[in-house]
Amino acid sequence: MHPVLKLVVQRIALGLVLLLIISVVIFLGVEALPGDTAQAILGQSATPQALENLRAEMGLDQPALTRYFHWLGGILTGDLGTALTNKADIAKSIGSKLGNTLFLAGSAAVIAVPLAILLGTIAARYAGRWPDKLISAITLTTISLPEFVAAYFVIFFLTQVFPIFQPVSLVLPGMGFWEKLHAIALPVIVLVMVVLAHMMRMTRAAILNVMQSAYIETAELKGLTPMQVVWRHAFPNAIAPVVSVVMLNLAYLVVGVVVVEVVFSYNALGKYLVDHVTKRDLPVVQAVGLIFAAVYIFLNMAADIIGILSNPRLRHPK
Amino acid sequence: MSEQLDLMIARVRKGRMTRREFVGRTTAMGLSAGLAGALFSKAALADEPVKGGTIRAGVAGGQSTDSLDPALAASDVPYMINRTWGETLVDVDANGAVEMRLAEEASSNADATEWKFKIRSGVEYHGGGTVTADDVVATIKRHTDEKAQSGALGIVQGISEVTAEGDMVTMKLTAANADLPFLIADYHLVVQPGGGVDAPAAGNGTGAYKVVATEPGVITTFEKHANYWDSSRGHADTVEVLTINDDTARSAAIQAGQVQMISRVDPKIVETLKGDAGIVIERAAGPGHYVFIMHVDKAPFDNNDMRMALKMAVNRQELVDKVLGGYGSRGNDFPINGAYPLFDDSIEQREYDAAKAAEYYAKTGHDGSPIILRTAPGAFPGAVDAANLFAASANAAGIPLQVQVEPDDGYWSNVWNVQPFCASYWGGRPVQDQMYTTAYLSTADWNDTKFKNAHFDELLIAARGELDAAKRKGMYSEMAHIVRDEGGLILPMFNDWVEGRRAEVAGWIADPQGTLMNGTALNKCWLTA
Repeated sequence: MHPVLKLVVQRIALGLVLLLIISVVIFLGVEALPGDTAQAILGQSATPQALENLRAEMGLDQPALTRYFHWLGGILTGDLGTALTNKADIAKSIGSKLGNTLFLAGSAAVIAVPLAILLGTIAARYAGRWPDKLISAITLTTISLPEFVAAYFVIFFLTQVFPIFQPVSLVLPGMGFWEKLHAIALPVIVLVMVVLAHMMRMTRAAILNVMQSAYIETAELKGLTPMQVVWRHAFPNAIAPVVSVVMLNLAYLVVGVVVVEVVFSYNALGKYLVDHVTKRDLPVVQAVGLIFAAVYIFLNMAADIIGILSNPRLRHPK
Repeated sequence: MSEQLDLMIARVRKGRMTRREFVGRTTAMGLSAGLAGALFSKAALADEPVKGGTIRAGVAGGQSTDSLDPALAASDVPYMINRTWGETLVDVDANGAVEMRLAEEASSNADATEWKFKIRSGVEYHGGGTVTADDVVATIKRHTDEKAQSGALGIVQGISEVTAEGDMVTMKLTAANADLPFLIADYHLVVQPGGGVDAPAAGNGTGAYKVVATEPGVITTFEKHANYWDSSRGHADTVEVLTINDDTARSAAIQAGQVQMISRVDPKIVETLKGDAGIVIERAAGPGHYVFIMHVDKAPFDNNDMRMALKMAVNRQELVDKVLGGYGSRGNDFPINGAYPLFDDSIEQREYDAAKAAEYYAKTGHDGSPIILRTAPGAFPGAVDAANLFAASANAAGIPLQVQVEPDDGYWSNVWNVQPFCASYWGGRPVQDQMYTTAYLSTADWNDTKFKNAHFDELLIAARGELDAAKRKGMYSEMAHIVRDEGGLILPMFNDWVEGRRAEVAGWIADPQGTLMNGTALNKCWLTA
């Protein structure tokens, strides 16, 4: 087997094992909470008899190990159970919300990632001069604003001063692609503002690091323009650290944007999770927790694999 | 003058002036208040309801855990949604009177222990079939079952037996209760086919609008129920309830015209919204109130002189002005105001009086150690500010009141009902009996002032069976005096419902019973443009 292929397969297998371990951790964490699901449903009015009946009905009287495998089996077959609070089918609720989450994160990423890399490259090319300072100042300002403040600014300017967009990001089934994109424009702008700086700074730092190398000097002596040197010789060797930061930010866009979802009343997973945590709706918390963990693991795995593939020493072993 | 009057009437017709504003300005011009009120009604009603269009309401207080099951509704959004697709036997109208809905008549026996409701015939469910007396019986029974987790359990538990005969429903009560129609108007008790036992969250009811789609915590869309029985409701073709929990986003949404009405306008931004010609701010004096509660069984609050000293040391007007932004009214240390039927408005208003407060305080012989008032940002909006203002006015009277700010997390389990003196709030109830029974009866679970008074309890129980309104009013007045002068309740202010609507929304009525016209705004309003 080619060593790179072996490394990639190893990395994927490791990711799956990690996911399995996390499912155990989530399950144990929920188990460790005082009280159980039956108690959460019945609340203060629970009588011992009613508790016992409900536990038997829900299979909570089984040993923890049996319940864990039952839960795991359910997940593998797409059956996540029903929510305690409103008895809705969890898999169905998550389906549409996960789509919305990925749509928002994807739209923000499509703008933010190329923009961050471009700005980072320009900043590196003009390191220490005014374009570098201007880019750094602007992106550091936007990352320093708390998300809800950025959101209020955007709402004020783009719905009140210039009424171009709607303040509530209402995405309904049956809306066309462009219509949906128009509806989520404001949260996309806010998220781009929030994630831009981190990726931009990393790109700039990674490129500057590579620029110290001897082969960059060779490239300059060949007579290449500074921009050509950056794009052809510096950037390809700076990909690995940039990708890992990009992936971290993508993960954040998927799992960490609950504040933005609330401000724009956007129907997505973060708000769904937080609402159910406050109501102690444990089956939902377990399910969404596992999805978020899977997203993190997948993106980190992707970063590692891209890192491996971009490393010529690993691609062409002696 | 008549030119000005015409101008104002035109503004009323366009929905750009509220009743309060109109009466205020015309009486300033020399008109009598009665005449001004009549003129307003004429002006407002001059336009027939316009049919068609879409009205969207942006409402705070919804989560993705919400359900269409009326038994489970506990916050404003599900309340508004259920009131739009479902109906109860009776309603309480804006004037505090019982309004017949799915029941045509309500009557009781002489001692108010048995009530009969005649069910309106031919009222259709959205899913087909008509409302029967059996459906009503099944509905009441479902809410009585603890498994249904109904928010109306406390109400239906007072019904010992419910039976149907033809189109009559008979409810036998465990104890006399002259207020049963008010209680049965509770928004959880939506009549559902078969009582909703098989499909509690189907959203199948008799309301003016039927549910098209619902996404909990986000949006619920409705369309007009073609065979709706009451032509005075249901003017728009489609209506929508959007959950917008964020205050800023909600006000931005009405400014941008994305929604036509919003709940809970923060008093701080009322002036900003008023500056927008397209928006009208509506207010209604509701029964909700903010309180400071003392446990009357714990030192130093077990001494009534201490309680009186503190009651005298609150500057009520200052709290209304600064904490409520003027959108509220002064409280009088008993939990009832003009929003309740049988309210005695002749009880003297308690005022801030530093000298008297100091006098009472001197009588207690308190050792001068700090008296701790616990509060938290989430106790009620502005609770920390209110407590600090209270402390300042009490300190001016020589009372060593000291504010201790607690975290929001765990406030309701660790501080409220546990610590002897803290800030809290009550949402109010439709009738006096229910409010007093919930929190002031000696045996009440939520007796958060630990107030126990045998004479008060006797009066409360006796008033339930008293069908003579004048006598009953007298009893409630006596109870108010007892709570006001002996209780552990400091009630500085009642908060108004402050809401916003676009100027093109007509048919709005100030309704003190609940938010957004007691949940009926989408049923009763129409679009003029």
